[in-house]
Amino acid sequence: MSTSTDHGRPDPEATSPASNSDGRPVSDRGDTVCVIGAGASGLTAIKNLREHGFGVDCYERETGVGGAWNWRHDRSPVYASTHLISSKPFTQFPDFPMPDSWPDYPHHGQLLSYFERYADHFDLRSHIWFGTEVIRVEPVEGDRWDVTTRSTGGYGPERTARYAAVVIANGHNWSPKLPRYEGLEQFRGEIMHASSYKDPAQLRGKRVLVVGAGNTGCDIAVEAAQQASRCWHSTRRGYWYAPKYVLGRPADQVNDSLLALRVPLRVRQWLYHWTLRLTVGDLTRFGLPKPDHRVYETHPIANSQLVYYVGHGGIGPVPDVARFHPYAVELADGREIDPEVVVFATGYLPRFEFLDASVFGDSAGAGRPTLWLNAFTPGHPTLAVAGLLQPDSGLFTLSHWQTVLFARLLQARRDRPERATAFAQRVRDRAGERYSGPVKDSSRHWFEVGHADYLRAIQSALSELEGK
Amino acid sequence: MSANSELRIMRGREWSRPVRPARREVLSAVPELEEGRPPLLFVPGFGHGAWAFAEHWLGHAASRGFSAYAVSLRGHGGSEPAPEATLRAYAHDVVQVAASLPRQAVLVGHGAGALVVAHALARYPARGAVLVAPVFGGWGVLGAALRRNPAGTLPAVFGGPLRLNRGQLFSRELPDEEARRYVGRLGRAGRRAQWALLGEPVAEPAVGAPPVLVLGSPDDRVVPASTLTRVARRYGSAPLLFPGMGHDLMLDARWAEPIDAILDWLEKEPAAH
Ligand SMILES: Cc1cc2nc3c(=O)[nH]c(=O)nc-3n(C[C@H](O)[C@H](O)[C@H](O)COP(=O)(O)OP(=O)(O)OC[C@H]3O[C@@H](n4cnc5c(N)ncnc54)[C@H](O)[C@@H]3O)c2cc1C
Ligand SMILES: NC(=O)c1ccc[n+]([C@@H]2O[C@H](COP(=O)([O-])OP(=O)(O)OC[C@H]3O[C@@H](n4cnc5c(N)ncnc54)[C@H](OP(=O)(O)O)[C@@H]3O)[C@@H](O)[C@H]2O)c1
Repeated sequence: MSTSTDHGRPDPEATSPASNSDGRPVSDRGDTVCVIGAGASGLTAIKNLREHGFGVDCYERETGVGGAWNWRHDRSPVYASTHLISSKPFTQFPDFPMPDSWPDYPHHGQLLSYFERYADHFDLRSHIWFGTEVIRVEPVEGDRWDVTTRSTGGYGPERTARYAAVVIANGHNWSPKLPRYEGLEQFRGEIMHASSYKDPAQLRGKRVLVVGAGNTGCDIAVEAAQQASRCWHSTRRGYWYAPKYVLGRPADQVNDSLLALRVPLRVRQWLYHWTLRLTVGDLTRFGLPKPDHRVYETHPIANSQLVYYVGHGGIGPVPDVARFHPYAVELADGREIDPEVVVFATGYLPRFEFLDASVFGDSAGAGRPTLWLNAFTPGHPTLAVAGLLQPDSGLFTLSHWQTVLFARLLQARRDRPERATAFAQRVRDRAGERYSGPVKDSSRHWFEVGHADYLRAIQSALSELEGK
Repeated sequence: MSANSELRIMRGREWSRPVRPARREVLSAVPELEEGRPPLLFVPGFGHGAWAFAEHWLGHAASRGFSAYAVSLRGHGGSEPAPEATLRAYAHDVVQVAASLPRQAVLVGHGAGALVVAHALARYPARGAVLVAPVFGGWGVLGAALRRNPAGTLPAVFGGPLRLNRGQLFSRELPDEEARRYVGRLGRAGRRAQWALLGEPVAEPAVGAPPVLVLGSPDDRVVPASTLTRVARRYGSAPLLFPGMGHDLMLDARWAEPIDAILDWLEKEPAAH
């Protein structure tokens, strides 16, 4: 826990003689590590790097911590009713539990207060520059990085600082993925992406079409069932709608009891199908399409209410949208419906605009880097990504361990370089590895991970690094 | 007590069977002026409640500028009854309170509370830890207790309460009346936790590498001096000794000496700031 550099915020005036390739001055931050973003993943990166003795400068473009969970942030994807889908034991950081007095599935406001408390408890704010956006991250000699920032919104001068290492924790739920449809421009109704849906008042008394059945789409369809005058829910495939409680306990806790016993996937799938049969039964009788995949092969949906509202007629399941007309939406089966509001809950895309895509092995620039453990980049041993995961469980335990591993890797570079070299070799050999069972091919599933498979992989990466 | 130094990431059983919450008593004394010192969380040993620290140590720590809190483990003091409590549930209680404090805390455990702290350290990156007269379990401790106080100890072996007596807990300097009052307040730990103590439960390595101070008395009739040395060595140091004091250093006549030593250590220890 000793602190090698204990300076709090960098002094922007303290420029050293170094300059970057265009001759602009660069302030050299020595052994300090740069963290991009102060959401959950960035906060745990700061905490764990500090705990391992590193100085940290974190840049956050918003004015507060919490990232996606701070719904005052313009780009926050949460809506008024958002509650966790993973229960507390799977969601909290492993070394900072959520209070016993909170429910199994806390509300987004509680999550924000959790991250604020985490930041205060571990004194992280003094390492964060708020209102500061990272606009460029460039590798320079000696595995170091030039990080260029400016005030959010583009005011003020650009500043460049040189760091020993960088953790990218910029989140992946803020850049909306919007499908294209023929005729969409002519549509006279209101269209919005789920990212701008905040409050059920936006739907009250209207005819609403919700597109997409990720957790967002399902939550919004449920709200529309309660608030709108009519709700259609369009999906391009059938899904397994998992209740939040089964057998008297939070569903993920039941699932992990089986995982702890190492019950094979096939058996768990069978048990799951069987439990669903006993409870909600065959959903095709409501007009929902039959799933085209086995359970656990798409990102899990945890929603006890969707099926309930379908059963009460509050949600009308419809197939994929074929095209838009000025006053109607044509569906894949030829039917036409006439919504006033269309909400696209079609997900988000990861984006790394500040980084040259080739650094990441993402030559297509599609926001799909080729990494090992979804975190480490071949050829760049001092760069790590935290939180670029879509787990079948809470994310924060995973980003915690990612950043512990990275902190220990940086220690190894200093104290046991041969181990760091061997690690770098493993990154090259194993980049692109997956940590889930088979998943349906969809643009959202390339970074889907099973939390148990993933954490076991991190555990063995740690033991390999530390040689035990 | 072998040092098992590998971090444990997979906790399937803990995730799928979270500890059931129990209402907890937390007593505190905070300084008038917040001086940015780390808060202290005192964890009493089996049979004791937060009251044992409220007598002297909480107020004294506050008078020296440290916010001081003491928790009663479930089933103790003013916390909810919990006859089936396990060591894991106790550690959970400690981590819950530590995480609720405004800043990273120093954990101070006494007696078997030190063992609970050692377990909690694996689940919470404390600013530092102090193990006071630590009871880490094993047959040796039981043997010593049986020799000193067979009637009070034997029932515990069969799941009954452990009754510590005045001679085990206090020096002769403590006035009889006070000693009687304290002994009268003692409760008991859950029997599963008591049994666990016999197995000398090994704590996982601490997270966050906190500095650890071990202290006790060579005249403690519960914890032999050899145990103090062994526990301290495990954390890479030697124990601080307070000769002439009984096991309950926070209640005994010269209670001020050990707490002053702890606070001095915290002021000097660079990592504990
Ligand atoms: C509606 C909804 C519900 C969800 N529910 C759950 C759940 O129940 N459980 C779960 O585990 N996950 C859930 N998620 C996933 C969610 O993404 C994570 O919980 C979490 O927010 C990810 O944290 P993060 O720190 O990685 O990213 P974010 O929270 O997105 O934080 C990234 C931070 O980086 C900052 N940033 C980005 N780019 C820059 C830049 N160039 N310069 C400076 N700063 C920058 C952003 O401002 C932001 O503060 C949910 C997501 C959504 C959309
Ligand atoms: N309550 C909560 O805690 C909560 C709430 C919301 C979201 N989340 C989390 O946040 C993340 C994002 O969730 P999300 O629901 O916003 O997005 P998502 O999981 O990516 O789901 C997008 C949905 O839209 C569909 N879709 C995508 N493109 C489409 C297209 N062109 N045409 C038709 N349908 C299309 C997808 O279908 P396919 O099946 O074909 O891909 C999928 O059903 C997830 O990790 C999720 O778990 C949590």
